[in-house]
Amino acid sequence: MSTFAELLLNGVSMGSVYALIALGFVVIFRATEVVNFAHASLLLAGGYVTATLHDDIGFWPALLVGIAGAAVVGAAVEFLVMRRYRGSDHSVLAIVTIGVDILLTTELTRRIGTDVLPLGDPWGDAVLTIGPISLAHTRIAAFVAAALLITVFLLAFRYTSWGVAMRAAAESPETAALMGVRLGRVSLGAWAVAGGLAAVAALFLTVFPTPGLERATSLAALKAFPAAILGGLDSTTGALVGGLLVGVTESLATGYQSELTFLGRGLGDLAPYLVMMVILLIRPAGLFGTKELARV
Amino acid sequence: MGGSDGSGGSGLVVHDLSVGYGPVRALRQVSLEVPEGAVVTVLGGNGAGKSTLLRAVCRTLSFHGGAVTGGTVSLNGRRLDGLSPDRVVAAGVSQIPEGRRVFARMTVADNLRAGALGATGGRTGRAAALRRVHELFPVLADRAQQRAGLLSGGEQQMLAVGRGLMATPRILLLDEPSLGLAPLMAERIADTVREINAQGTSILLVEQNAALALRLASRAYVLEVGEVTLSGPADELAASDEVRRRYLGVVDEDAAADAEGARTTHPALTRWKG
Repeated sequence: MSTFAELLLNGVSMGSVYALIALGFVVIFRATEVVNFAHASLLLAGGYVTATLHDDIGFWPALLVGIAGAAVVGAAVEFLVMRRYRGSDHSVLAIVTIGVDILLTTELTRRIGTDVLPLGDPWGDAVLTIGPISLAHTRIAAFVAAALLITVFLLAFRYTSWGVAMRAAAESPETAALMGVRLGRVSLGAWAVAGGLAAVAALFLTVFPTPGLERATSLAALKAFPAAILGGLDSTTGALVGGLLVGVTESLATGYQSELTFLGRGLGDLAPYLVMMVILLIRPAGLFGTKELARV
Repeated sequence: MGGSDGSGGSGLVVHDLSVGYGPVRALRQVSLEVPEGAVVTVLGGNGAGKSTLLRAVCRTLSFHGGAVTGGTVSLNGRRLDGLSPDRVVAAGVSQIPEGRRVFARMTVADNLRAGALGATGGRTGRAAALRRVHELFPVLADRAQQRAGLLSGGEQQMLAVGRGLMATPRILLLDEPSLGLAPLMAERIADTVREINAQGTSILLVEQNAALALRLASRAYVLEVGEVTLSGPADELAASDEVRRRYLGVVDEDAAADAEGARTTHPALTRWKG
């Protein structure tokens, strides 16, 4: 039972990190209707900035610079690339993001090489033990940080003018433009916010028990894709639920690996995708996604 | 007519405006004026270019692959063509698009907030605008927390008008506000338009419901395949045979014969010239 509780808590913590990534993904999709395949490279960029700076300026400033850096990279991608294609088909834009992803990831992996870069976080490998359950401090920090950021984000989305503009633009860009919403600014903001959230996620994907930032970190970030998709690409609630579902599934599948050996190895990596497929078979628009409705 | 040079004159002045969607010409040298404080209507059937005219004023043609190919639009002497849509809103032009286009997934209150996003009045301006909208449409205050998609058609049209007013415009462009509404509700909207105008906002009303529009407006233009074919004081137009036959549904035998003649003498289309 205690194993199960541990796995569940770890899963929730990882899930909240995936939710951060998925949230950025959903924000970009809602604001611009573009599926952003470059999201993992934004995450890698944020993590890389933090990893290279923490020795010189300390962890917290480095983290802030990393967040700002990823936000700037996101905004730059929007401003320098996506904006040039405005008016193009959304699927064309999605493919453009694949190109951006390849460019960014290639450059970052070249810089990282075969190194494993620690991010210099203050939690180290400390473990909190309550009765039979032990939890790494990093996992607690991940959950707290993610929950905090997601709450702030959702409140802003609901109550600020920025949020109203974002939702209006998501629902009908043309009508939003008639209201005086600056669509370019909305889209720029979405990319910047998504970049910032991804940088925070980068931190928690690379802390203990993971050794640090490496080339493969962007692969870990890919797990946010099934999270966003199974939640429904255009739903912020969906991103949260999807993230948690993926985190818990992965954690349980990995934890009970030994009892599931008949399914082969590496089930933990596979499980999120299986869950996604099953959910999409039952609900093609995802758990909270908007069905394509046309009123006649 | 004053302001024929496209820069003088008060109110909204459209001068020699031509618009194309790719090779398709949707408007050809359309000129019209909405003097400050007036209600002006543009009549025309489907595809006459009415919505295109409003898109050209509000600079949203690019959403439909269209562009202004000539002519000018100005408000109180200030050129609007060349501005971005948000600047047009800030200049005092607010459009209520055809088919209402309320943000269905957002609450009524958030829809009204969205309407104020382009306003320049600041917090106090917004509060005053909201009070005015709630006075005009008390139902919007009652339903503030309801999703806009759940409102009835008439209520959605009220919300669309209210949302347009949140930007405290000097001129309100209405695209077929009576479309798909029960006659009683259409009357209700007409009363509201009159009231909004009485409070000092100019109105440009685009309608297929000519009877309603001609009663509201002081001046009317008839748009056919992208050109202004008739214009004049609304009561004169309402009395003219041409308008009675084509837009008010008054048919007599002479008129039917005239219509037959008109069809053969009407100039052939030259839309595909590019």
